[in-house]
Amino acid sequence: MLNQLKNKSGLFKDKSWEIALLGVAVLVFIFNSLASPYFLDLWNLSDATFNFTEKAIIALPMALLIIGRDIDLSVASIIAICSVAMGLVAQAGGGITLIVLTGMSVGMLAGAINGFLVTYYAIPSIVVTIGTMSLFRGLSYIILGDGVLKDYPDGFSFFGQGYVVGALSFELVFFLVVALLFYLLLHRTVFGRVVFAIGNNPTAAFYSGVAVNRYRFLLFVLVGLASGIASVMLTSRLGSTRPTIALGWELSIITMVVLGGVNILGGSGSILGVVIAVFLMGLVTFGLGLLNVPGIVMSVVIGMMLIGVISIPVLLKKYHARVGAT
Amino acid sequence: MLNLLRAKLREIYLTAIILVIAIAVTFKSADFMTSGNIIEIFNDTSILAMLALGQMLVIITRGIDLSVASNLALTGMIVALMNTQFPELSMVYFIVLAIVVGMALGAINGLLIWKLSLPSIVVTLGTMAIFRGVIFIISNGTWVNSHELSEAFISLPRTVILGFPVLNYFGLATLAAVILFVTYIKAGREIYACGSNPAAAVYTGIDVGKIQCLTFVISGAIAGLCGYLWVARYAVAYVDIANGFELQVVAACVIGGVSIAGGRGSIIGCMLGCLFLGVIKNALPVIGISPFWQMAISGFVIIAAVVLNSKPAGKKKKIILKPQSAALAS
Repeated sequence: MLNQLKNKSGLFKDKSWEIALLGVAVLVFIFNSLASPYFLDLWNLSDATFNFTEKAIIALPMALLIIGRDIDLSVASIIAICSVAMGLVAQAGGGITLIVLTGMSVGMLAGAINGFLVTYYAIPSIVVTIGTMSLFRGLSYIILGDGVLKDYPDGFSFFGQGYVVGALSFELVFFLVVALLFYLLLHRTVFGRVVFAIGNNPTAAFYSGVAVNRYRFLLFVLVGLASGIASVMLTSRLGSTRPTIALGWELSIITMVVLGGVNILGGSGSILGVVIAVFLMGLVTFGLGLLNVPGIVMSVVIGMMLIGVISIPVLLKKYHARVGAT
Repeated sequence: MLNLLRAKLREIYLTAIILVIAIAVTFKSADFMTSGNIIEIFNDTSILAMLALGQMLVIITRGIDLSVASNLALTGMIVALMNTQFPELSMVYFIVLAIVVGMALGAINGLLIWKLSLPSIVVTLGTMAIFRGVIFIISNGTWVNSHELSEAFISLPRTVILGFPVLNYFGLATLAAVILFVTYIKAGREIYACGSNPAAAVYTGIDVGKIQCLTFVISGAIAGLCGYLWVARYAVAYVDIANGFELQVVAACVIGGVSIAGGRGSIIGCMLGCLFLGVIKNALPVIGISPFWQMAISGFVIIAAVVLNSKPAGKKKKIILKPQSAALAS
């Protein structure tokens, strides 16, 4: 079963997965522009990016984490606890810098808690993060109840609502820069090679002298930090904090990563694929939105995309095997 | 005797903790340990316990079913809509319908996992969203309220027989069925084999994928039955019922000592895990703590339970060459 999925990695070497994704994205783009006259509008397209950039920022380190055979289901809850912390700082009269630093450090702390529990106690990451998913979200509920925090200073709205040049939003520029950094980190540095090594065979990596647990810990902190940054942007965009903020986001984030061709069992994947998948999902949800499809029905489409995408390589392989046999 | 005690250590711990909580809460409020409230706790815990039994079978074969709550909600909506169309039909039909629909939804998961060798976490993460969305599509986002449902439909789980509501008997029947399944049925024994060593299971002639598929079908059937019970008990069906309940179900299993790595898990432990969550849920309002605490407490308890059960890797730093299994686990 493992090998069947592992063989998928051959696909990535020749980038056919990324090309296929790009093809689908172009098709969706053309379909959308034919289906709705409102699609090909610079400001509409720019607005549409807000719906996925925050998730996409988390998807990048999540890709590394999944390549390294771990997973973090608590990201949406980390967003909530960071947002609550920032709301409290804002309420106490903290400045913008302090608020942003609070969000980022609480995120890193939450990631460090996950990483510590996973590496020190050798507990599967899925169990730990199901636990911290309840814990972090639960803490937000304890602090806020059914209340709301919204005493954010005026300039704070820039992170989620500001534009750098013209219709180019701060969020989108930030995502593109971070994506470039993660591309370099995963595909051009020793750190990236080690992540692949851990994902392919943790035991072999350990015996080759890789401090496996230190890398895994760092990846969890990185995911926490990204969730903190996403929380800054989301809170800034919404202008308020409720304990239900970003509820269920882990599903779309993991879908982005898997759609991008990252093997859920670890060992293979590329940042380019994840970035294309992010835009593809953005295009699909935006197009459905223009066609007045409600959000909950979109989740059906996303769920089907998730299952469809991981089935395709397996089905292709089965098909080839059958053709080869006859 | 000592070995038996050691093997059942977690169950003994859990029982002790549950008793301590119950006694402590009784000091605060004498009503807590009255028979009425105890029946209430059993009643509140029945659906959780049924789902946890199904989930336990899935987890033992190294899978996880995150779609149970969505399955429950979708099946609940389907039977509720059927009931509004055919209010005169006997209750037997609705219960059979719920089980069959749940089973079919579970089979979707199971077949994808078996025939395409897909990881269960991804498949059920996907079907979790799909099932939930389908409820919206078939109901147009509207609610089915109690006055639209037939009297028999709503009253069945609450009917009291010999001092206990029928809901409890559904729970007991599921418990008995699962006990029989894992102790006396061949496929039930094979579940443990698949989980503890899938490679060895294959060599002994067990079709691991088929057994995994079977556990998802069982988990789905139970979720379907619970869908009817949930809708009837709360007398309402809408898109968001039991949203996020899958986490409580997994939590109950993990607290009860079902190993997420597969192969290990006892029915008693699983039931104690459910009872633990049920007692906490009932105790919080009694001792005047806001229900907003419940989520954080169950998160904390999951982590505490797995941490207590783990062997810290940090303490083994001096070993230069770990045994391979230990290195893999860390």
